[in-house]
Amino acid sequence: MLKQMEGSLAVAQTVALCRPEVICAYPITPQTHIVEGLGEMVKDGQLKNCEFINVESEFAALSVAIGASAAGARSYTATASQGILFMAEAVYNAAGLGLPIVMTIGNRAIGAPINIWNDHSDSMALRDAGWIQLFAETNQEAADLHIQAFRLAEELSCPVMVCVDGFILTHAYDRVDIPDQAEVDAYLPPFEPVQVMDCSEPVSIGAMVGPEAFFEVRYLQHHKQQRALELIPQLAAEFEKRFGRDSGGLIRSYRCDDAETIVVALGSLVGTVKDAVDEARAGGHRIGVVSICSFRPFPLKEMRAALGRAKRVVVLEKCMAVGIGGIVSDGVRKSLSGIQLKGYTVIAGLGGRAITRQSLLALFGRALRDELDELNFLDLDWDIVNRELARGRQQRRAGPTAENILRDLGQVAARIA
Amino acid sequence: MMFQVRIHGRGGQGVVSAAEMLSLAAFDEGRYAQAFPSFGSERMGAPVMAFCRFDDKEIRTREPVLEPDALIIQDPTLLHQVNLFSGLRPGGYILINSTRSFDELGIGDFVRNFDHRHLCTVPATELALKHVGRPLPNAALLGGFAAISGQLQLEAVAKAIQEKFPGKVGAANVAAARAAYELTFAAVNGVAHA
Repeated sequence: MLKQMEGSLAVAQTVALCRPEVICAYPITPQTHIVEGLGEMVKDGQLKNCEFINVESEFAALSVAIGASAAGARSYTATASQGILFMAEAVYNAAGLGLPIVMTIGNRAIGAPINIWNDHSDSMALRDAGWIQLFAETNQEAADLHIQAFRLAEELSCPVMVCVDGFILTHAYDRVDIPDQAEVDAYLPPFEPVQVMDCSEPVSIGAMVGPEAFFEVRYLQHHKQQRALELIPQLAAEFEKRFGRDSGGLIRSYRCDDAETIVVALGSLVGTVKDAVDEARAGGHRIGVVSICSFRPFPLKEMRAALGRAKRVVVLEKCMAVGIGGIVSDGVRKSLSGIQLKGYTVIAGLGGRAITRQSLLALFGRALRDELDELNFLDLDWDIVNRELARGRQQRRAGPTAENILRDLGQVAARIA
Repeated sequence: MMFQVRIHGRGGQGVVSAAEMLSLAAFDEGRYAQAFPSFGSERMGAPVMAFCRFDDKEIRTREPVLEPDALIIQDPTLLHQVNLFSGLRPGGYILINSTRSFDELGIGDFVRNFDHRHLCTVPATELALKHVGRPLPNAALLGGFAAISGQLQLEAVAKAIQEKFPGKVGAANVAAARAAYELTFAAVNGVAHA
């Protein structure tokens, strides 16, 4: 049913349709509305046969989900930012144990300095923990990806993160089509675990493994992700057949057929990029965008096919590997091994900095003229940076950076963007 | 055509809810709509913004509303603190919660060349106090917005308010919105209204 609703509520209602049996909740902005929504549905009886467990931390949230999943329950949790860092050990354990937990990330920056707004630093920090990571472009896709995520997780026995941009999607009211229970039931069968703690047939899960077998267990995780590369497009195709919507998949191309410049982006930013691409096209720039839905596994082959004929590739990322630059760019460059083209990394939108169409158009223009550096920072305020650097040169005890800069900026609430 | 609204107020005045209700009303009229809060520091009393855009086709952009077609200003004390009019499109609409006129608010010169039918002040806080019993001007201003802009029907706004705030609270806010609609409609059309 088509509704106008908050992204978080759309995710909560869709997760409920997936019939989770255990939901572990610990609040953290901007994810909180999702578990609150689910909590209300459990309390008022809309979501039946589900245990909603309030835990004492994010570490506990995922640890309880691990236990529940090992006991054969379809398990769900959600977190963001410092929350996923606090559960980091359990994030690796869930993947290492092959437990098909689904977790929503309401993407948010990581401190310090503390910041509640959107970027991709949190998911990216745990990108190599063995979870599948799917990024949503819209709230419709955020909802749809959860249905696919449970199916994918359970077919592979591998945990899946659904990454949803904090505030930009979680707190946005949008048009979302929430499917019927019967439709979801037909797509997502009941959980049939490949391993389960069962008193009548006792097994242990979580053995100590030495050099004789650790490597193989780890390799098998990689093998699972390679299988996911085949399964993700199949599940998306099946989803489209049943629900009539193109949601999920590995990557998607927009106006790339004759494109000389291709922008690579992921998450909610893709919509703004598409608008800017249309405008740049109207001005004669042969430009398109490839959006990544599946960041783990990273679709190297599909990326190579999508980008290989372009003259230049601009990777727009809402995260930064401090000390080297791009994170998404690494995968993109790997996919283009041996192909000669110009590659640019653009770090943008950190800590909620708005990414505007106007800035994107200026960026595309510089890309077309090949004026970009290998590593670029979109709308970084160099005056602020240089002032702070000068302060550090003038005196040793220059004080804490964030506080110095805030003092320079004055009343920030007066700024529009 | 896309129509973009930026709502300014202070934390606690229902700025974000107002944008959400606008999007509900636009959706009810069969349009695509997107509402979201600004990503500034939201605290009680701090300057806060929220955005709503609606269109007849899918809305893809996620940038903040930088060039609004309409401004709704819930708190006139922001007039000289925040650059409220930044990016306002030529011919845009300004609706301010105040008992005073644009001249009395000190912005008469600024709006001298505006279409006067696109400008209005409405005593939304007083209407809210009368109908709701609390100084929350957001719903009343949405009634005023429907009247000044002609972009949404009052009935869609009323339905949106009741969807967001079911029951008595919603009904009281709808009453405030209807009263603001009447006042605003009369003011911008120069009709004496009973």
